[in-house]
Amino acid sequence: MATEETKMICLGCPVGCSLTVTHNKDTIIKVEGTQCNIGIEFATSEIRDPRRMIATTVRVKGGIHPLVPVYTASPFPKPLIMKLMEELRKIELEAPVKIDQVVLKNALGTGIDVIASRDLPLAPD
Amino acid sequence: MTKYLRSKTENKNFDVIIIGAGIVGSMIARFLSRYKLDILLIEKEADVCMGTTAANTAIIHAGYDPLPGTLKAEMNILGNRMWNTVAGELNIPFERRGDYVVAIGKKELPHLDELFQRGVKNGVPGMMLISGDEVRKREPDINPDVSGALWAETGGITDPFAANFAACENAVMNGVTLLLETAFEAFVIDGKRIVGIKTNKGTFGTRWIVNAAGLYSDDVMHKAGIRPEFKITPRKGEYYVFDSADISVNNVLFPVPTVISKGIMVTTTVHGNTIIGPNAESIQDKEDTSVTEEGLTEVWRGAVKLVPKLNLRYAISLFAGLRAEGNARCKNQNVNYSHDYVIEIPAEIQGLVNLGGIESPGLASSPAIAQRIVGLLKDAGEKLEEKSDWNPIRPARPRFRDLSKEEQKILIHNDPEYGRIVCRCENVTEGEIVAEIHSPIPARTYDAIKRRTWLGTGRCQGAFDTPRVVGILSRELGLPPEQISKKGPGSEFLVGKTKKV
Amino acid sequence: MALKKKFDVVVVGSGPGGLGAAIAAKKAGAEDVLIIERDKELGGILLQCIHNGFGTEMFKEDLPGPKYAQRFVGEALSLGIETLLDAMVLDITPLRHIYATSKWSGFIEIDARAVVLAMGARERTRSQIRTPGTRPAGVYTAGTAQRFVNIEGFMPGKRFVILGSGDIGMIMARRLTLEGAKIERVLEIMPFLTGVTRNYVQCLRDFDIPLQLRHTVNRILGNKRVEAIESVQVDEQMKPIPGTEEIIPADTLLLSVGLIPENELSKKAGVGLDPITGGPYVNEEMETTVPGIFSAGNVVHIYDLVDWVTEAGYIAGKGAAKFALSERKHGLDSVKLKVGVNIHHIIPHMLSKESLRDIPQKLQVRVIKPIEGKVWIEVTDGKNLLARKLERYVRPGEMVTIEIPQKAYDMVKNAETLTVNIVKFG
Repeated sequence: MATEETKMICLGCPVGCSLTVTHNKDTIIKVEGTQCNIGIEFATSEIRDPRRMIATTVRVKGGIHPLVPVYTASPFPKPLIMKLMEELRKIELEAPVKIDQVVLKNALGTGIDVIASRDLPLAPD
Repeated sequence: MTKYLRSKTENKNFDVIIIGAGIVGSMIARFLSRYKLDILLIEKEADVCMGTTAANTAIIHAGYDPLPGTLKAEMNILGNRMWNTVAGELNIPFERRGDYVVAIGKKELPHLDELFQRGVKNGVPGMMLISGDEVRKREPDINPDVSGALWAETGGITDPFAANFAACENAVMNGVTLLLETAFEAFVIDGKRIVGIKTNKGTFGTRWIVNAAGLYSDDVMHKAGIRPEFKITPRKGEYYVFDSADISVNNVLFPVPTVISKGIMVTTTVHGNTIIGPNAESIQDKEDTSVTEEGLTEVWRGAVKLVPKLNLRYAISLFAGLRAEGNARCKNQNVNYSHDYVIEIPAEIQGLVNLGGIESPGLASSPAIAQRIVGLLKDAGEKLEEKSDWNPIRPARPRFRDLSKEEQKILIHNDPEYGRIVCRCENVTEGEIVAEIHSPIPARTYDAIKRRTWLGTGRCQGAFDTPRVVGILSRELGLPPEQISKKGPGSEFLVGKTKKV
Repeated sequence: MALKKKFDVVVVGSGPGGLGAAIAAKKAGAEDVLIIERDKELGGILLQCIHNGFGTEMFKEDLPGPKYAQRFVGEALSLGIETLLDAMVLDITPLRHIYATSKWSGFIEIDARAVVLAMGARERTRSQIRTPGTRPAGVYTAGTAQRFVNIEGFMPGKRFVILGSGDIGMIMARRLTLEGAKIERVLEIMPFLTGVTRNYVQCLRDFDIPLQLRHTVNRILGNKRVEAIESVQVDEQMKPIPGTEEIIPADTLLLSVGLIPENELSKKAGVGLDPITGGPYVNEEMETTVPGIFSAGNVVHIYDLVDWVTEAGYIAGKGAAKFALSERKHGLDSVKLKVGVNIHHIIPHMLSKESLRDIPQKLQVRVIKPIEGKVWIEVTDGKNLLARKLERYVRPGEMVTIEIPQKAYDMVKNAETLTVNIVKFG
């Protein structure tokens, strides 16, 4: 059972600590370089199941803009990001869109919703 | 307003076809539009004023620089005198501020005498040699080592774009047909007479053809079988433009000239910007208007020699232009000069009005050149009957930023589109943009609007207005935004929609 | 709808600084507050910053830009703040007479008892960094591209080179990648990243986008549309090293080479500008050198956190309301803040000697050179240490703050200047 060292930069907060994580596959043995617990949590998640917040847009019919910005309600599994983008390309909403409106429920079976990040009113006329 | 543009197939036979809608071609079209002639003006680019006229120092030279006895000197002097009338009729900005040739240090002083003498011989009025003290008083930011200057009160500044558009627009208003994106390919020759031209848009018959092809004038004349030795060597000049708010000189400042050019100058524009340049580099490629590290460095060194307090931090734009330097010997045998203008109806072939090598001071000379063409055609037996309804006046369209607050108020009241500012740095309004899109020479590209309205020329260089202008062009022209371009086909801004399915 | 002729506070711009200022002014007792916004809706550039990362200081939440903006827009509207949208301010006089224009309301003149300038910043352009080459279509500032992609719904290119490792550039690299474009390279002329490290990780490294430090654009190629970008390595003096040129085929060049406070209106109003920041000289209330004219946000200096812009808006708005309601004494003595070792600039530029009477004063500081290792940030009056704070590192891309405690009141009162220094720990 070989242990390995992975270097990463913590995304937990704007400080961006450089971490060295010693682990055996998914088992975390040691996290060095962190200043707080967020670093340990981040390192664990990054080794086992790396996730990112994803923000993009989806198309809207009849709104003041042709697109509404949306984002994942929580960090989304990294390997599925491009697939999520494909899913979202297929969606077209009808204006008006409300902030926090669910645009895609349980995206790709992850249990994570994609939600609108603003109101998008109807275009006048 | 597009009524001015006749369908391409409506008329295939013209009295005169002019190749090239730079300032020279446009001015000729405008002067000839006075007569009962069917005139076609063709331009290979997507807009008029896309070559040498689009990138120069914007000066109406007084005329002390060209060698006495040259055609260049003659055209410069005559042209300079015509500018008050031309600018007045065409409603374009023109300020006869006068210009200085500045000597830095004692060594350069004798050059001023030489230029003064040349000016006297050329017939330049209102010149004066002034002391270093006087120059320092008039231009406080000048190099304190200034030892004297030649002052010429007839020097002026204009907006070359405005001049080019206005001349061309006036021509179109008076019945000239303008075809853009129409490139000359070959002559149709019958014996020793040109009877037509072939273009990418078809063949057109004509009795006269005017070669105003600028950088390509050598190719055109070679295709007509004349002046095989004539060659245009593009001479590149690079420039910096400075923020109007941060630096200003009162006037046009030339250094003492070198053999190849009038040198790197510091000047002000009618829009209030200071511009510096040009250097002079002979190149091969007639389309190479790229700016270079070396060129900009040379320009910078030359300019700070005149005005040491210039600060690169306030530079807002860079550009390079190509002068169409020819190699024609001066017709006057007593003058040893081999870069003179060619303005002629050659004997070897009939139906050609041939121009070439119209480099600086081409802008200043352009009305005189146009007048000279009228004369040459008369001499060749053209009757040139005047139209009764020729209108020399090109009305100006409102420029929001030049108006007083009271005038702005009235303008917006009458047309609310003038109330929306699209270019935040230069205060250009939607009303102005829409008016240009529907003008006699419709602005159909971003650059076409930029050069007519001065939009996008300020500090943010279009970062703010570009998406808005693309939207307005798309709406007014009824084209999808992806088809809106910077300067014609191939220069579209957008490649597709964000969400492709 | 007829607009009033006189307002207590007029705010120019409705980004985070402007919204913060208007809200704070209203809450501080200003009755008639007006926001003038040049776009068709409130929110400013935040509306096109659809990525997350906003609100961590203000709400302890990680919000996308539009959502962050909408909270403040909602608050402003519910407070009864008036708005003039799709309108451009043309001129402001030193006596706070405002000229504005819009397609909908025509030419407008308004008097303001106090003004808050919150016009934000503009992006540096190709000309300002003197990039050689041709002038084809396909050269955009990152912000312009961002507007096209996120608001207007159009892609400005397919293959990109990005110049500058600022945050907007890196965020656009990710954004464009997600929309199917290829980012060939991010070039950075400095030997270090100019944006924050987390953006390098989540925007570039996650998507295998190569970043080259000490590299810049040597030349733009292509006459009509960008055809390629020639990159080059630079030496210590940032001069190109011959022989290191590389041609990168691309149809678009994005520029993320810095922001400049947008102060055309400030100049017209006669406001004194700091040549270092490009923004107005301000005191602790964000008041400029013209009494009654305040300023907030990127118009003062460039922030890296929107939350701090909002906070600056609060300060300016409060000051403006106080001025409008004439509660404030004028002509107070003030102490100048002087840049010391490794300091680029300090906001505010001056503190009134009474400023510590009621509250401690926070200084915002940007450093010149990065120091990776513990440092002290110190405020001294030449003899005494007024404040000192330990940081784990300092980087030019990340603003640092230091608070002068109220107990320094007497020292500030007697000082002529205060100096801020960065000193290595130990």
